[in-house]
Amino acid sequence: MTADPLGVLTGVHFIDGDHAACEGALAAGCRFVAGYPITPSTEIVERFASRIPLVGGVFIQMEDELAASIAVQGAIWGGQKSMTVTSGPGLSLMMEHIGLAAFTEVPLVIIDVQRGGPSTGLPTLPAQADMMQVKWGSHGDYEIIALCPSSPQECFDLTVRAFNLAEQWRTPVFVMMDEVVGHMTERVQIPAPEAIEVVERRWTGLKPGDYRPFQPAEDLVPDMVRVGDGYRIHVTGLTHDERGYPAMNPAAQDKLVRRLATKIRDAGDALVDVREEACEDADVIVVSYGITSRVAQAAVEQARAQGVRVGHARLVIAWPFPSQRMAELAARTKAFVVPELNLGQMSREVERAVAGRVPVRLIDHAGGTVHEPDRILAGILEAAR
Amino acid sequence: MSTDTLDTLGPEGLPHMDNPSLPYLRGERIPHIWCPGCGIGTTVNCFTRALGEAVSDLDKVAIVSGIGCTGRVAGYMNLDSFHTTHGRAIPFAAGLKLARPEMKVVVYSGDGDLFAIGGNHFVHAARRNMDLMVVCVNNFTYGMTGGQLAPTTPEGASQTTMPFGNFEKPMSLPFLADAAGASFVARWTVFHVRQLTRTLREALGKQGFRFIEILAPCPTLFLRRNRLGDGVDMVRVYKERSKIRDGADTKDVDLGMDGDIIVGKFVDRERPTWLQSMNAHYQQVFGERYRPWGGVREQD
Repeated sequence: MTADPLGVLTGVHFIDGDHAACEGALAAGCRFVAGYPITPSTEIVERFASRIPLVGGVFIQMEDELAASIAVQGAIWGGQKSMTVTSGPGLSLMMEHIGLAAFTEVPLVIIDVQRGGPSTGLPTLPAQADMMQVKWGSHGDYEIIALCPSSPQECFDLTVRAFNLAEQWRTPVFVMMDEVVGHMTERVQIPAPEAIEVVERRWTGLKPGDYRPFQPAEDLVPDMVRVGDGYRIHVTGLTHDERGYPAMNPAAQDKLVRRLATKIRDAGDALVDVREEACEDADVIVVSYGITSRVAQAAVEQARAQGVRVGHARLVIAWPFPSQRMAELAARTKAFVVPELNLGQMSREVERAVAGRVPVRLIDHAGGTVHEPDRILAGILEAAR
Repeated sequence: MSTDTLDTLGPEGLPHMDNPSLPYLRGERIPHIWCPGCGIGTTVNCFTRALGEAVSDLDKVAIVSGIGCTGRVAGYMNLDSFHTTHGRAIPFAAGLKLARPEMKVVVYSGDGDLFAIGGNHFVHAARRNMDLMVVCVNNFTYGMTGGQLAPTTPEGASQTTMPFGNFEKPMSLPFLADAAGASFVARWTVFHVRQLTRTLREALGKQGFRFIEILAPCPTLFLRRNRLGDGVDMVRVYKERSKIRDGADTKDVDLGMDGDIIVGKFVDRERPTWLQSMNAHYQQVFGERYRPWGGVREQD
């Protein structure tokens, strides 16, 4: 189906990534946001709070991120599309509820506008250092989806997509922005509502007596119901069976945890989005994501001007990591260069996928600003030797 | 939804077969996990009776629990039910209520869950007059984890993490609820089954943030460790020490190892709920352009 026109501000705008992400959420049908102020993400909830009265919905500023990240889950079971928004310290507080959402298969969207860390770190300056935290931060085994916008336009587009993926796969979906993308103002085109594809909730077609809340469909994802419609569901953070009842034994644990991992790990091309440019005959491939892609692009072009055959592979979906695609690229290139605003996070995933076949050169950065293109260029030139 | 409760309870003829609570429970999940002499089951009995009297459509009631012994109540109720994370039942319930305003949403949890780890959420939900009914079974201890110090543990009582007697001052739950702005505050014990049922029924029919504290024995961990006998002994103590004082000033209802247990309905006042306030305010600001959220509450 397509977007509800009420939430869509069709037209060309000159706005920053935070505002664009908010418009993406509204276009996707998000009508409930619970948040807690934190730099550099706050503009998203500020805009939502001022937009929602005339769209129809609720914004509530909760008492902390623990409350925000579970109020939205209550709202989702109540039938709404819902998200919360945060940055590093708030994300750390949300970890328990990310696990709850993964385990109880809540189609939750979280926007993380990354800033320098650890701890309070650099509240007003960028980093890409939450990439591993969103994947591994809550205890236990689970899988999430993470999207990486590199422009305000993509903050809009990928927030819409995040809601769609959340509904389709029923696992937390993260929009991994950073301070620069969040505060960068650019042209953002918001399409007409009928041009915006919106994925509806997977409402069950079964009647109350026949429905089991955690019985998976063919794609391993269960269909959903809304509270108040007579299904009388039970949802628990304990290990549970298909009825949703606690089932605390190794067999039930294996069945559930394995299904939740497999539904994402085996999704195949549906959850692969690597934007490749000139990778076919490249001696060096730069793998980048988010804001760093734009800095890397400058370095890639300079390297080409110097005669280096260099490709650029940009991860739009960082999680699940496109291991297979990276392995395929490793078979036809001589080296990878991975610039990122951290001391080595996604570069480790590239190394894992490449499995020693070719060198992987990390161009790290502790955060606070973006890379100098020259550093990435130097890495490319060295890798090409 | 059918409740097929009876055939899973064992051979016919058991005296509890016609227990009036059964239609409100998930029969296939019985027996429950609670110890003999535990007071939680008594509170559930009272709650189910109140539900039967106050609510005509159980599809429109959701129950949310946190973690702990009382946190298991949600899972036994034949309602839309959520067993959430430790301390966070209230914000989950708030989100559910705001997303689906026609639901009655009940939070049912223990004293440690609601007032230690979850204390911040309780205070803010009461301040906002979130339209939730919060039932707290106060057994003065952490039962599920084996009898540790709770914010309600009376001074002098022994707990595994306060092995030489508690030297902290406990929290008075009704006083906190009152100060934070709750619309309705009451306290009973599991001795007061009729009064408790009546209060739960009354609270189910009201709007706003409603808080009911229920004192209940934990024989396995609190009573045995403090040589206070078993569950029945404690109910006897509740009977002897309780004084019914409706309208009591909540600053006078502290609990100790000895002394009066003041019970009754302490607070009952009208305040607009969070959602009523939001709708009224935006109606004023935006006039006809405002899109009010949520339907009119269904009359039960």
